[in-house]
Amino acid sequence: MSTETQSPVRVTKEPPSGSIRPRRRLPRFAALGLYVAGIALGALLSALTGFSIALTVIYGAILGALAVYVGSRVVEGRRKATDRLVTALVTTAFAVAMVPLVSLVYTVLDKGLARFDGAFFSNSMFRVVGEGGGAYHAILGTVVITALAAVISVPIGLLTAIYLVEYGSGRLKRAITFFVDVMTGIPSIVAGLFAFALFTLVFGNDVRLGVMGAVALSVLMIPVVVRSCEEVLKLVPNELREASYALGVPKWRTVVKVVLPTAVAGLGTGITLAVARVVGETAPLLVTVGLITGTNLNPFDGRMATLPVFAFYQLTQPGTATQAFLDRAWTAALVLIILVMVLNVVARLISRLFAPKTGR
Amino acid sequence: MAKRIEVSDLNIYYGNFLAVEGVNVSIEPRSITALIGPSGCGKSTFLRSLNRMHEVIPGARVEGKVVMDGQDLYGSDTDPVDVRRQIGMVFQRPNPFPTMSIYDNVIAGNRLNSKKMKKSEADDLVERSLRGANLWNEVKDRLDRPGSGLSGGQQQRLCIARAIAVEPDVLLMDEPCSALDPISTLAIEDLMAELKDRFTIVIVTHNMQQAARVSTSTGFFNLNGVGQPGRLIEFNPTEKIFSNPDQKATEDYISGRFG
Repeated sequence: MSTETQSPVRVTKEPPSGSIRPRRRLPRFAALGLYVAGIALGALLSALTGFSIALTVIYGAILGALAVYVGSRVVEGRRKATDRLVTALVTTAFAVAMVPLVSLVYTVLDKGLARFDGAFFSNSMFRVVGEGGGAYHAILGTVVITALAAVISVPIGLLTAIYLVEYGSGRLKRAITFFVDVMTGIPSIVAGLFAFALFTLVFGNDVRLGVMGAVALSVLMIPVVVRSCEEVLKLVPNELREASYALGVPKWRTVVKVVLPTAVAGLGTGITLAVARVVGETAPLLVTVGLITGTNLNPFDGRMATLPVFAFYQLTQPGTATQAFLDRAWTAALVLIILVMVLNVVARLISRLFAPKTGR
Repeated sequence: MAKRIEVSDLNIYYGNFLAVEGVNVSIEPRSITALIGPSGCGKSTFLRSLNRMHEVIPGARVEGKVVMDGQDLYGSDTDPVDVRRQIGMVFQRPNPFPTMSIYDNVIAGNRLNSKKMKKSEADDLVERSLRGANLWNEVKDRLDRPGSGLSGGQQQRLCIARAIAVEPDVLLMDEPCSALDPISTLAIEDLMAELKDRFTIVIVTHNMQQAARVSTSTGFFNLNGVGQPGRLIEFNPTEKIFSNPDQKATEDYISGRFG
């Protein structure tokens, strides 16, 4: 089809037979140049109606893609032009997706670095009403509560996943899978209210404990752990299980000594990412753990501070020194992002370190 | 060590589907028994039912009797785990444990069952098993390297070493050479010839020359059509099967006039 649409000049150049022909190609940066020209045209177009960045981007993306397509169509023919058009679209979509991410990281860095100092990591907010103070208590509180949530949810989630993959069958398995899926979708505030109601029933009104927050977070974390561990366990080849059975190894030993070690890299990654998923949760901690200004590291005794809740209150209830409170909120957000990033790096390290080795 | 297996009226099912019907056979100790037949006729299924690996598949079950030296393998008080300790298996695709070194792969049967062993005993067992599998000279300098780093033929011999390290009475081999080149195949055939002095070997193969070369008895499986159960058509000494079979179907299959 495409050969028919090519210019006559090309046809005369073709070798008499054979399907591989030299093709005319756009110079190396011509496509990029066309795209930029399209964007410039878009800027011009938006300037007609009073310049705005949003219009420039919209017009520019459309005109740029169009320019690349037309240019390539004229020189290179239809198939290559379609290829260039799709490349332009995909790249544009990627760029659009990057905008909020880059903007967010930039804003948080810009505003958070103001208080990213030693005092922020060594002081609590105890008796601080204006400037100074820090999030020492909140950082440690987040670490304690998240660790406790992991201690609760990793065994439950991992064992559930093992049950689903190795033992479960029929209706019970389907029911568990269904409810895990439902749990994945529950709003975090519902998890918080669940923990709140549970502990109020047991301990009476006005109870605020770190462990309540950990329970609320586990409600969110368990389904994530189950799902990721299940997927990883499914990847373990059945041949390894059969090899183990054929050696006269009972099923439970096969699971413990063959399946789990083979999957350990993926399990570690999945669990770490599940932790990263809940470490920034605000709503459930707001209703269960509350906030204090001093340092409390005992999750079984009264309120605790956590980074997300700390940031929330710094933002919504600034005292007289508004700017100081705002700065602390941004820095808390920055620390949270760094925490999540570190967890992701840890997850990658785990998957690299524990992956089965295939060296010769 | 090596034991005789008597199979009587064995029906093998996948769920409600009858896959293999009415097998009666007696497998002699210290010999190699080959099972041949077209794809899907139930050779592997029959082989897997001998050490109760068949029931690992959900819904799979067996009717009939399999008796090994007077012990009913499908008796109500027989633990499948005990059966598999006495009847080892080598699979079609080499499957060494990827998390373990060559050394650990060989003693996996003992390690995974948490059998206490002295270091010297373990070393001894590893060397004996690897020598038994004709692999010792190739890997003796890299026992601590991962088993998955070996070539396909070496991996398969590692799997055989792993299977004979638990000292089974019977060794089942499910097309052990189908993924291997002729040289590795030859190595494994030589190995089988050595092993038959100590073990009862049952091998499933698609390679009729292989069956003719290595086995003392041969069983021919066939099925009448798609969806029909497979049957053991003929079971005779290998020489007879390949020179003067009782059944026409066997002769047709062996001479390539099949279907």
